[in-house]
Amino acid sequence: MAGKPKLHYFNGRGRMESIRWLLAAAGVEFEEKCMKTREDLEKLRKDGVLMFQQVPMVEIDGMKLVQTRAIFNYIADKHNLYGKDIKERALIDMYTEGIVDLNELILTRPFLPPEEQEAKLAQIKDKAKNRYFPAFEKVLKSHGQDYLVGNKLSKADILLVELLYNVEELNPGATASFPLLQALKTRISNLPTVKKFLQPGSQRNPPDDEKCREEAKIIFH
Amino acid sequence: MNLHFILPKSPKDQEVIVMAGKPVLYYYNARGKMESIRWLLAAAGEEFEEKFMKTREDLEKLRNDGVLMFQQAPMVEIDGMKLVQSRAILNYIANKHHLYGKDIKERALIDMYAEGVADLNEMIIIYPFGPPEGKDASLAQIKDKAKTRYFPAFEKVLKSHGQDYLVGNRLSKVDILLVELLYNVEEIDPTIITSFPLLQALKTRISSLPTVKKFLQPGSQRKPPVSEESVAEGKRIFF
Repeated sequence: MAGKPKLHYFNGRGRMESIRWLLAAAGVEFEEKCMKTREDLEKLRKDGVLMFQQVPMVEIDGMKLVQTRAIFNYIADKHNLYGKDIKERALIDMYTEGIVDLNELILTRPFLPPEEQEAKLAQIKDKAKNRYFPAFEKVLKSHGQDYLVGNKLSKADILLVELLYNVEELNPGATASFPLLQALKTRISNLPTVKKFLQPGSQRNPPDDEKCREEAKIIFH
Repeated sequence: MNLHFILPKSPKDQEVIVMAGKPVLYYYNARGKMESIRWLLAAAGEEFEEKFMKTREDLEKLRNDGVLMFQQAPMVEIDGMKLVQSRAILNYIANKHHLYGKDIKERALIDMYAEGVADLNEMIIIYPFGPPEGKDASLAQIKDKAKTRYFPAFEKVLKSHGQDYLVGNRLSKVDILLVELLYNVEEIDPTIITSFPLLQALKTRISSLPTVKKFLQPGSQRKPPVSEESVAEGKRIFF
């Protein structure tokens, strides 16, 4: 079980950023092997280490795990971020899936043709404001506790706070009408591990930009 | 037995009633995103009821009732919860029926394999809803990915350990979901599976389990392959 996890991806947020958040919040140090060219991806494929020929891939505890949900769930299980029983797991999964749905729109947007990005931005703002943020505000209001499920930190809290940061980057003030979400964001951001991750010099990536899009196109096309 | 007419004598009786009672599935009368959940419940031997949406108004009513956390279906009422998001539902059923391995590393493998299965199954679920001019290309992509990416990956897993199930020598959610996928791909192109003997053996083995055998017989709650009518109905309700 020794040795730091190794993250295999390209140098951008993409589908790996949520994994970086979760590892960092859990206090796990990790290394990154960044792909720069298509040959780098082809080499991993030829080495037989990508079960479905895709990244992200994380080497962790003797496994070469692909598929972001499989990776999240393993990290959550390992670090007690998955509730105390199967019903709490169900709620954590349900909330996480909603978060992932909205985050999917955000993380794929930089890789769309530029002319499609405006419409996608409008869709993200609308869904955040009218579907997802109200749903999570309602959960927090229903029990008045500090965390989404079981009065304890779980993967859903960390991934939701990542989402809140992502939406605010695109739409400052998006959380203004959601006081409990704002409070959760502050609370999670103040956890020592998360605070460290949010500081400059951490392994957190800047927003994916045009340069990233070009690089991803080369590697993945 | 109609549980609604049993009056609870004490909070403990009330709790028992909440856990008892069959799950109720809210969706429309087609496979779509609910079919994997039907497979898993059936394979686990858990009887379930279905409430079919027929019109957009039916969906709007559920939304107005506040029972769809993200305004979407599938939704499954189970053990006092109103669960949405198919992965959350599948994982709960797997946990409840011990179809999730014996430790966190087995869970990780089960999840990794199940996500690959879900990726290919997703393509199969959505291609009938795309524009007609794109259908041939979508179908070609499904066949190609089955043949060159997904089926080889799972055949390799079975070959690596020579066991009867994908993970830990024991039935798990991913064996059931993979076999559902194998049936789905077979409906599109029956020749693809012929070069994968271990997948064929898994399909036969799982299909012979009493609960799965029953589900595969006519008259079960398994839904037929997608049709033009069900695509039209799905579009009316959800799009």
